[in-house]
Amino acid sequence: MEIFDFFVQNREMIYFIILAVFVGIEVIGGVPTVLHTPLMSGANAIHGVVIVGAIIVMLDTEPDNIFGLALGFLAVILGTLNVVGGFVVTDRMLEMFKKK
Amino acid sequence: MKGLLEICYLIGSVTFIAGLKMMGNAKTARKGNLIGAFGMTIAILGTIFLFESNNRSALTIGLIFLAIVIGTAIGWWRAKSVEMTKMPELVSMFNGMGGACAALIGLSEFHHNLGHTKELSFIVAGMVIGTISFSGSIIAYLKLEGTMNKPIRLPKYNILNNAVLLGVLVFSIFVVIQNQTLPPVIIWLLFVVAIVYGILFTIPIGGADMPVVISLLNSFTGLAAAFGGFLYDNKPMLTGGILVGSAGTLLTLAMCKAMNRPLSNVIFGAFGGGNSSASDGTDVKGTIKDVQVSDLAVMLNYSKKVVIVPGYGLAVAQAQHIIHELEKLLEERGVEVKYAIHPVAGRMPGHMNVLLAESNVEYDKLVEMEDINPEFEQTDVVLVVGANDVVNPAAKTDPSSPIYGMPILEVDKAKNIVVNKRSMNAGYAGIDNLLFYNPKCSMFFGDAKKALTELVAEIKQL
Repeated sequence: MEIFDFFVQNREMIYFIILAVFVGIEVIGGVPTVLHTPLMSGANAIHGVVIVGAIIVMLDTEPDNIFGLALGFLAVILGTLNVVGGFVVTDRMLEMFKKK
Repeated sequence: MKGLLEICYLIGSVTFIAGLKMMGNAKTARKGNLIGAFGMTIAILGTIFLFESNNRSALTIGLIFLAIVIGTAIGWWRAKSVEMTKMPELVSMFNGMGGACAALIGLSEFHHNLGHTKELSFIVAGMVIGTISFSGSIIAYLKLEGTMNKPIRLPKYNILNNAVLLGVLVFSIFVVIQNQTLPPVIIWLLFVVAIVYGILFTIPIGGADMPVVISLLNSFTGLAAAFGGFLYDNKPMLTGGILVGSAGTLLTLAMCKAMNRPLSNVIFGAFGGGNSSASDGTDVKGTIKDVQVSDLAVMLNYSKKVVIVPGYGLAVAQAQHIIHELEKLLEERGVEVKYAIHPVAGRMPGHMNVLLAESNVEYDKLVEMEDINPEFEQTDVVLVVGANDVVNPAAKTDPSSPIYGMPILEVDKAKNIVVNKRSMNAGYAGIDNLLFYNPKCSMFFGDAKKALTELVAEIKQL
């Protein structure tokens, strides 16, 4: 049975995914609506971690593969926009929540 | 050096979880965000310097830094310069950039992995989801900007959209299975089809529902990042991606719950701007009174307790600062002033809190719906500024209303209600508001900023 083989081979990964899903739900649960917008923005910044993949693409590309480098270059710019823009705008929002 | 890189990745993964958790509490939120940013920096720098590759060269490292510098400059500038009212647009745009990044990773990796079905399925899944998130976010951005205001409904769009979605799925599976017989360029064709689906998915949805859509697309991008994590067996991409995917989904559902509408209703649409026939049918009985600024000034000045209900109209008119001035002035005169915040006030849940916080309104004065509703009975004057649907009693009384069932601020329990509006136009849901015909209610017409400035001047003279 191929499906069982797949499960056996990827057991750690499957456990990892399930636990991560629960962590995600747990982390958000019970957050006051007041914080929904900053939280969404913060989560937005965190998925910017996709930039790590873009960097790997560039590192793996042969230095004479101009097209490949160009794609990777663009991907890194976009990923950085997501990360930096996301964290900075979230910080700007949260700065305003300072309690007196 | 691989060990050191793994430690960097561990730090990244843990800070994402801890950071997100801390962001759920007002006191620790800012620190949580910074912790997440710190972990991200470690993960990025670790990858650049420690990731093992045979093609590593000074040129690529230089190019990576150049790209990061460019991205940082633009991202920082945009994030710092945007007005807070425009923030949902910005979040949407940044989300789209992340999606596009995931898409480009898929497009780059496809050619290198021909013949490896497992890797290709991750690549294609990440590429397709990232692309949908990208084109969907751009449409959401345009809608929020107002460039694309009206929901565009193609004939039978539900069937069309589902057909295109099915097409994308079948095409994706076909590409993965048949990758060795197909020309590699096929991935670009799939890319284009996914772009089209992202557009079709978003255009029928009205501007009022965009926050829900952005939140949903946000979790899509998380998912796309997670597929990248599978491909490279990269833990921070996996943790970050899955975390945002599941948290984002929950957040989307929470937003829908605040509006009392199922998610399917948002996506497949009943309201959000298009359907106004239900509202036109409502017979509105009664007359509308308006109040002069001098009378209103006296009324507020001699009240014991005033509750302000701010809406997006207040933010659009840039009246956050003047409302704070009004609040301070009334407090000086011994009036107790509070703000009643509906969960969906503004353009995103919590958006109104951000806008008021920006003009230095104290956090403690912002009272959430459940807590303020019992207080309305002891309130002398409710001042509604630029809000409409969130105070519409039809949500409780009229089962045919598109907002029926949405929890509202029960302002009609207060002794007096004053509504500031520019005109008698309907709110975002496109429906008439019975509150305005309530005998206790009077209208204070005018642009919020101008009208409130006059009001403040009038009260000062008392």
